[in-house]
Amino acid sequence: MENLLNLNVVWFVLIGVLLTGYAILDGFDLGVGAVHLFNKSDEHRRITLNAIGPVWDGNEVWLVTGGGALFAAFPIVYASVFSGFYTAFMLLLFVLIFRAVAIEFRSKRESRLWRKTWDVLFSFSSILIALIMGIAIGNIIQGLPVDANHEIRISTLSLFNPYALLVGITTVALFMMHGSIYLVLKTEGELQQNLRGRVNNAVIFFVICYAATTMATLIYFPHMAQPFKDHPSLFLLGLLNMLAVANIPREIHHGRELRAFLSSAASIAALMGLFAVGLFPNFVISSTDPNYSLNIYNAASSQKTLQIMLWVAILGMPFVLSYTISIYWVFRGKVKLNNMSY
Amino acid sequence: MDTVFLARLQFAFTIAFHYIFPPLSIGLGVILVMMEFLYIKTKNKMYERMTKFWVRIFALTFAIGVASGIVMEFEFGTNWATYSRYVGDVFGSALAAEGIFAFFLESGFLAILLFGWDKVKPGMHFFATIMVSLGSMMSAVWIVVANSWQQTPAGYHIVGEGLSARAEITDFWAMVFNPSSIDRLTHTISGGWLAGAFMVMSVSAYYLIKNRHTDIAKSSFKIGLGLAVFASIFQLMTGHSSASGVARNQPAKLAAFEAHYDSLAAGDLYLFGWVDENNKVVNYGVKIPGMLSLLVYCDTKTPLRGLNSFDPADLPPVNFAFQTYHLMVAIGFALIGLSLLGLFLLWRKKLFTANWYLKLMIFAVLLPQIANQIGWFSAEVGRQPWIVYGLLRTSDAVSKNVEANQILFSLILFGIIYLLLFILFIFLLDQKIKHGPDEEEHVVNESTARA
Repeated sequence: MENLLNLNVVWFVLIGVLLTGYAILDGFDLGVGAVHLFNKSDEHRRITLNAIGPVWDGNEVWLVTGGGALFAAFPIVYASVFSGFYTAFMLLLFVLIFRAVAIEFRSKRESRLWRKTWDVLFSFSSILIALIMGIAIGNIIQGLPVDANHEIRISTLSLFNPYALLVGITTVALFMMHGSIYLVLKTEGELQQNLRGRVNNAVIFFVICYAATTMATLIYFPHMAQPFKDHPSLFLLGLLNMLAVANIPREIHHGRELRAFLSSAASIAALMGLFAVGLFPNFVISSTDPNYSLNIYNAASSQKTLQIMLWVAILGMPFVLSYTISIYWVFRGKVKLNNMSY
Repeated sequence: MDTVFLARLQFAFTIAFHYIFPPLSIGLGVILVMMEFLYIKTKNKMYERMTKFWVRIFALTFAIGVASGIVMEFEFGTNWATYSRYVGDVFGSALAAEGIFAFFLESGFLAILLFGWDKVKPGMHFFATIMVSLGSMMSAVWIVVANSWQQTPAGYHIVGEGLSARAEITDFWAMVFNPSSIDRLTHTISGGWLAGAFMVMSVSAYYLIKNRHTDIAKSSFKIGLGLAVFASIFQLMTGHSSASGVARNQPAKLAAFEAHYDSLAAGDLYLFGWVDENNKVVNYGVKIPGMLSLLVYCDTKTPLRGLNSFDPADLPPVNFAFQTYHLMVAIGFALIGLSLLGLFLLWRKKLFTANWYLKLMIFAVLLPQIANQIGWFSAEVGRQPWIVYGLLRTSDAVSKNVEANQILFSLILFGIIYLLLFILFIFLLDQKIKHGPDEEEHVVNESTARA
């Protein structure tokens, strides 16, 4: 653990924090979208949509800012990965656009066909966003053909390989679980009863996916496990993850939805932690030649910029956290529909 | 078709579509602040209904703005990887600052603005409205800073050579306050105010002609007019200051704006014309001799550096820059004229009965939109062939690992999706306008129902 206190490491961690914030926050509203069609009545769909109404846009800002921070701190990673994933990321953009407008447009007309169309678009785009992000993570875990000029040349189809799809489906399952718990927290009465049952199914679905992904990773990509062999104390992270997941059905059973939600958030944070530890100090491991891998040193901005950015983060993050906390505080409690609702 | 052309076309198309919406958010944001201020001050329910109506229009424009805004951030990486590696150290910082300082502010308080009417006290709600308005202008700050750095780079040095060459920040504040930042920022924000003000006046004029919601329409029109008078004149000042900056910092661009070829001659100002780039003359033009030199140097005789003095490889497409620039300026003056005319009619107490003027104002909503679009076209095309002025050529900046057919595929999809979105936007906007503000009884009923 020599020399780990430098700006490059700090920025690796900070980007990890931003993307984890994204996964926890947008994760639940993507999950709400993924399970949207399980709710049958228009009223229930409106309630669940309004449960994320005031917050989904702010949640997505974590992605925009995480992306911006990656651009600023590690521009070579940003450029190589985004251009390497060109078609996949274009598809991601399209579904991000569809999802945003589906949320906004659905309520604008009473017509059944109108609402049904946007419901389907909202749900499918939410699933696809989670899937594509998971597929991207899956490919990062496998390593990518980075060449000497930092370029990644890979066909779009080969991005959709079985392992990457498995990670993609696991991400969908994770967000479904996370979103279902959020909905239990925000609803009451009959709807909440339906949702409680679904949380348990979602937990089971996720645990199966998670077990399969973990096995596949250990068997086919053992380099992800190397840091845990070198530093056994890191195994606590894996343990924490399992405990957090196991705690969810327990809390739901006792009617402590907030604690269930926090457990699920902790499990997302632990998963992101496992991913980051497995990669560190690389962002992208080159499958062509390990020397071409993009890491926190050869892909970084100058020390001066990392320093400036650290000041930006130190000045900005307290504001970001206080906005986030106050918005969730203002909109706490069960959803009530009124004339300004979706 | 080559990747450079397709990548440019895609970026131009996606950002032009996006840029329909942020100016409206900036302008409507300021107007919402004024409206809600009147409500807080007078406690008059009419202002509450008025504010809520415009909040709905604002929400629609904001939503599509957000949905289409994330695209460009991605495109820097997907389409312009070489550019991103070259400028990430500088440009990325401004983009990240935008996220941290502006987007969180905007999105957080937007929730209260849209959904918080009965969750927080009126004073707090008003505060949220102010913050959303500030946030929309703050995001303009950082993105215009980043773009201005591409126009007039400052506070950096170049490290490395060939493929690994890149710009690194040496002085953050010099980067932020680069020579064109302030002029271009004020010009952009003022363009947003005009877009919002003319939108409000257009819808209000429609109601006045149809004799519907007249109390709200009259009041909204006056608020819009107030902002339009201020912003249109302010826009002339920022425009002049901006053009003088271009003369100092990007002489080739200014020469292209006015198709000024001969470095030994004083600069003329064209009212209009058509540039024959092969023969280097302006046809069908009407010009004011020496006026450009007067504006730049305060003297009609001083020679101005002309296009002939530049390497032809360093010149932008002259006629395109000329036409977009002149149309923008012409619209700018038209907006001043329409605003002052409105003020005059208001003074003569004829504003709300002058149907010809109101009809004109319904369609005038398009003018600031056109000016904002082509103003950016002239700024960005005028910078060509450079993506970062004098440092990096656009043709060198694209992703080398992305193929033309990939871009063509995404471009076609963007075309279809944005066309669909635009139709839906117009359709929903039309519905909202036809529906109009909630009637008085309605609001009373709902508020008692809630209480």
